[in-house]
Amino acid sequence: MSAPAFPATRALDRERLLPKIFRSFRTAAWLGWQIETNWVTDPFLFLVYAVAKPVAGAAILVTMYAVITGGNFEAPIFAYLYLGNAFYMYVGSVMTGVSWAVIDDRERYKMLKYVYIAPISYPFYLFGRGVARFVFGTLSVSITLLAGVTILNLPLDLAMVNWPMFFAALVLGVVMLAMMGLLLASITLLIANHVWFLGDTVAGALYIFSGAIFPLEVLPSWLRPVGYVMPLTYWLELIRRSLIGSVAEAFPALARFSDGQLFLILIGLTLAFGLLAVVAFRWCDHQARERGMIDMVTNY
Amino acid sequence: MQGTLSRRLPSSVELFLRTVFARAYPRVIAQQREKSWMFFEVLLPMLAVSAYVFVYRAIGAPEAYVGFVVMGGAMTAFWMNVMWLMASQFFWEKEQGNLALYIIAPGSLMAILLGMALGGMLATVLRAAAIIALGILFFQVEFIVVSFWALFAAFILTMVALYGLGMMLSSLFLLLNREAWQLAELAQEPIYLFSGFYFPVRSLNFWMALTASIIPLTLGLDAMRQLTFSTGASLGFLDVRVELLGLVFLSVVFILAARLLLGYMERLAVREGRLTDRQR
Repeated sequence: MSAPAFPATRALDRERLLPKIFRSFRTAAWLGWQIETNWVTDPFLFLVYAVAKPVAGAAILVTMYAVITGGNFEAPIFAYLYLGNAFYMYVGSVMTGVSWAVIDDRERYKMLKYVYIAPISYPFYLFGRGVARFVFGTLSVSITLLAGVTILNLPLDLAMVNWPMFFAALVLGVVMLAMMGLLLASITLLIANHVWFLGDTVAGALYIFSGAIFPLEVLPSWLRPVGYVMPLTYWLELIRRSLIGSVAEAFPALARFSDGQLFLILIGLTLAFGLLAVVAFRWCDHQARERGMIDMVTNY
Repeated sequence: MQGTLSRRLPSSVELFLRTVFARAYPRVIAQQREKSWMFFEVLLPMLAVSAYVFVYRAIGAPEAYVGFVVMGGAMTAFWMNVMWLMASQFFWEKEQGNLALYIIAPGSLMAILLGMALGGMLATVLRAAAIIALGILFFQVEFIVVSFWALFAAFILTMVALYGLGMMLSSLFLLLNREAWQLAELAQEPIYLFSGFYFPVRSLNFWMALTASIIPLTLGLDAMRQLTFSTGASLGFLDVRVELLGLVFLSVVFILAARLLLGYMERLAVREGRLTDRQR
């Protein structure tokens, strides 16, 4: 009796898939926004929180640079590291934001099991939870760039920016970071202890290989190949080229690639990481259910 | 009968030590359940510190600065331990429902905090040691110790003052709710900047550096750099003896303040009913 009905049920499920994905994403985005913003009623404190951390992070690099060069902010290396550092904030916010939802729901709010049994698409729920952090990341990047232009004479001329290339690279980069976040979230599902700083430490470690704050030529030759397989490397290069073309030309590591080639490499690596993230999520999700780790918390 | 009972009760010192041990024990044991923490908390932070080393290499900085970054990177482990595993921990215990149990237990809150810090020390020391080892083996950082005793004193005094500060801050976290997490996060990059974790603190304006000296790591790190690098003294903020005296002063002030504030905040939290209040 039930066998003939099964394909029809699956077809119905497929029809409902898109609304389910959209509903999961939208609800999670709303939830993430509430969590990230309603902890404080004082707008000033909220602004301090939103601004102080990214500006201080950039100021560390600026001070290091100023101490050594005596404040030579006109050199291309300064624009290189400043832009790289500014846009690297998206790595911390999007990648960590997506994976953090697992920790937040499991450890802090103890609701991961309820989320799991809800009629939602969990990967898209995770992407939705990253939206609020993406918004904060955008705020941090904007403030850092504004400080660079107004205080440090960063040669960023809005009239000279290649806007289509910038937005295309930015969108592609955000998708790539979300997929890396899903990969990290998958691993997080299988770690019940010590996950608190997982996102931050992975983002910190990737800082070194992506050429975010120094050209890849500075890395030892045996470490450079790691940088060449990181999509972040090409993404940051595209962002730099679209904003200040002359900066990218000053450093030869990626100069041999045209803009189109960089886009193709970035698309290819994004697809590869996306596929890896999907496979990893399915495997880790299965393992976490099998081992009863969905609601396992620190110090279990 | 009374004598028998009094023999069973531990003395205040014994109770203090037993509380420290009792709170440190679960932290140490929990770390052994998943060895993956070594990868995420020791290896990956080493890579993050390396990024700053390569920045200095990219802009042609003298090699002494590489050593400064390595030492600063190692000391971040202690700051993280104080902020996340001690100062903000009362907020977390409140979320878990343990805070009220701590308050009604006979042990002191300072002993509980010390136990938390010591329990997390295994990971902290490993992380700091790994970063120093990375500096020596990978970046050929040369440590030339001017005086072992002065270096030992600088490190110990820094730790005492730092953990005193952590205890003092924890009293504030007793009253905080969800904002505790964000405030603890706020105490990272800005502190790394003003305390000169990745550059000599004298590079900042004198008054700014002096103000930042309220964080014990500012003076401690500067003193340790002066005592372990050949060019450290020329890039130092104040004379090492002055910095050691400053650390003694901070240690005394923070520990006394922690004791007073913990008592005051506990009474306030009890009066206002905040010990079990979880405004999620």
